[in-house]
Amino acid sequence: MIRLFGTAARATVLAATAGALLLAGCGTAETGDGRGGTLTLWTHNAGNPAELGVVQQIVKDFNASQNKYTVKIQAFPQASYNDSVAAAATAKKLPCILDSDAPNVPNWAFAGYLAPLTLPQAMVDKQLKSTLGLYEGKLYSIGYYDAALALFAHKSALVDAGVRVPTVDQPWTEAEFNTALQKIKADGKYPYALDLGTGDSGIEWWTYAYSPFLQSFGGDLTDRESYKTSDGAINGAAAIKWASWLQSLVKDGYSPARSGTDAFADFVNGKSAMVWSGIWNSGNLSKLGADGVALPPPDLGAGPKIGGGSWQWAISSSCKAKGAAQEYLKFSLAPKYLAQFAKKQDVIPATEQAAELAPGWEPGGPKRFFLDESKKYAELRPPTPGYPYLTTTFAKATQDIVAGADPAKTLNQAAKDIDLDMKFNNYYGF
Amino acid sequence: MATQTRHRPTAIEVSPKPELPTKRTEARNGALMVSPAVVLLLVFFLVPVLLCFILAFTNARLVSPEPTRFIGLDNFSRLFQDPLFWKSLRNTFYFAIVVVPLQSAFALVLALLVNSQHKGTNIFRTLYFIPVVTSIVVVSILWRFMYQPEGLVNQLLQTVSFNTIQGTDWLNNQSTAMPAIMFMSIWQAVGFHMVIWLSGLQTISAELYEAADLDGTNRWEKFRYVTWPGLRATRTFILVTITIAALSLFAQINVMTNGGPRDATSTVVFQAVRVGYQQQATAYASAISLAFFVLVLTVSLVQRYLTRDKD
Repeated sequence: MIRLFGTAARATVLAATAGALLLAGCGTAETGDGRGGTLTLWTHNAGNPAELGVVQQIVKDFNASQNKYTVKIQAFPQASYNDSVAAAATAKKLPCILDSDAPNVPNWAFAGYLAPLTLPQAMVDKQLKSTLGLYEGKLYSIGYYDAALALFAHKSALVDAGVRVPTVDQPWTEAEFNTALQKIKADGKYPYALDLGTGDSGIEWWTYAYSPFLQSFGGDLTDRESYKTSDGAINGAAAIKWASWLQSLVKDGYSPARSGTDAFADFVNGKSAMVWSGIWNSGNLSKLGADGVALPPPDLGAGPKIGGGSWQWAISSSCKAKGAAQEYLKFSLAPKYLAQFAKKQDVIPATEQAAELAPGWEPGGPKRFFLDESKKYAELRPPTPGYPYLTTTFAKATQDIVAGADPAKTLNQAAKDIDLDMKFNNYYGF
Repeated sequence: MATQTRHRPTAIEVSPKPELPTKRTEARNGALMVSPAVVLLLVFFLVPVLLCFILAFTNARLVSPEPTRFIGLDNFSRLFQDPLFWKSLRNTFYFAIVVVPLQSAFALVLALLVNSQHKGTNIFRTLYFIPVVTSIVVVSILWRFMYQPEGLVNQLLQTVSFNTIQGTDWLNNQSTAMPAIMFMSIWQAVGFHMVIWLSGLQTISAELYEAADLDGTNRWEKFRYVTWPGLRATRTFILVTITIAALSLFAQINVMTNGGPRDATSTVVFQAVRVGYQQQATAYASAISLAFFVLVLTVSLVQRYLTRDKD
């Protein structure tokens, strides 16, 4: 019996070792950290052929423009991208060049995944502020474009209700906005005056979409002076006002408690007079012809706000050819490429030079609204390494509030949870 | 069928090989055959479990430059003060207490129905089993559509009740979200346990039923004194597997409600995954998992004790 066990154990260890060796063997393939002249580039847009196409074009042009380095693309589906980066970072196998969703940049920079960028200042200055990923005063990432939110509306619904159509320069005040909702509802032509888009269960949508309203009331996710507490910001008087307002939109029947799976399609089909959505739907807005308009959000006290920051590019700290990676980024930021992104999909070009090259984005052009809106009202999500905790907590609190939870109680608990997390993490280096 | 099973010659009877392999070769073969399973268990079960035990007492983060260090019981004191944890625990037990008896009883009824020798029972067996072989994620997405305010469930309710019943927004209503998920979960998994009951039923010798017939028993007496005692081992197995499956409720929640509305469907496993991945608090998630492990272990031990062989 003992003998049997011994043999079995030995054989098992042998098999385990063989398995481990096999795994290790797989791992020793080309790492793409720049040592062999090959720079691997990771991107989240495997599911977005239009955007990936432009990246492929840039890489092709860059590889042809010099013969020292070769950039190799690896595209991931967006849903598994962040996990892949975290796993690669743990295994010290990050690629040289990678993209990151803007609010994650401080988290990755703090963790030491990313190296600061040293791009020419003149080049950085041309960019929209919301396309720059800054952490501790250093630039860690830079974007080719930004996205923006807007109130999309049936113009006829506003005109029929006798409501002024707001512009970027003259947005609605809170009172005007409330009157507009009342009048549209009284008209009775649309089941809902405003669809908030609450059918999306993705965490980041909740923070991206509804924290600008909180900021417009004068609250925030966290205290941006110290980054050491959320008490007073997420549960202060302004925040409680925001929560009650958001809740009342649903309670008073202006907005559905839970929107359909595609709130924008519902809006196009006449189920709602207005919908709170993003620039990515501006292509679908054309289905309404002249009746479809994009409007800025109302000024709820502290000025109109929309979320800023989309996908941005960075260089990993483990890259052995950071110089070459910088060269690639510089090369890729040429106006003609930035314009390509704006042409191929519904995004805001990152510079004025690119806007001139992309039809519709020139001053006075039909798409210009989003660039002006973004320049004027975009507010970055708090650039702190603790952001992942902030966003999940805020998103959950907002979901609870929309579902009818007590505003003060919910937000106080959120503030308590966030502060505890900060304490557990040594205030994330602040 | 039952008699066939009983009289089938066993492997030992048919293959008395003249030259027995030496003990050494036998041991090596055994080790070789068991090693793939052992390696997989080590790498994907034992190592993660050990890591979970260790990490629960540290400040480990998914993404952080700070070195991991031991912080004692801090994670646990945080856990016990976390209202969401207690809420999740209550939800988990609520789900298990309703689903375990209902699902096992319903599965037994189905098994008894399809155990008869009537024509077409195979079709029913297949029908009941289809949801089991469908991915739970796919099933959850479909049911999410069906539970919508204007979804199939409400349309059906209106039609059969001649518009007297107006259904609710099932998954977005605090009092109906969990029952809606329970209903769908039972529907999805009942076929699996039906098959297990069925295998139990078919081990009961037909002679016993014949003898019972001779004694002039009715159907209920046959069930009570022949079938039920004959299902002893199957019963224990089903009880333990359903309980563990019910306590680890996750996929349906993740796809259908994300723990909402207002935490009405948050479960312990869902909370652990949310904390560990989305909030990157690896150590805290490990503490939740450890608490969950202790919970499942306790429940299983209690069940083992209650269903033990009393002889």
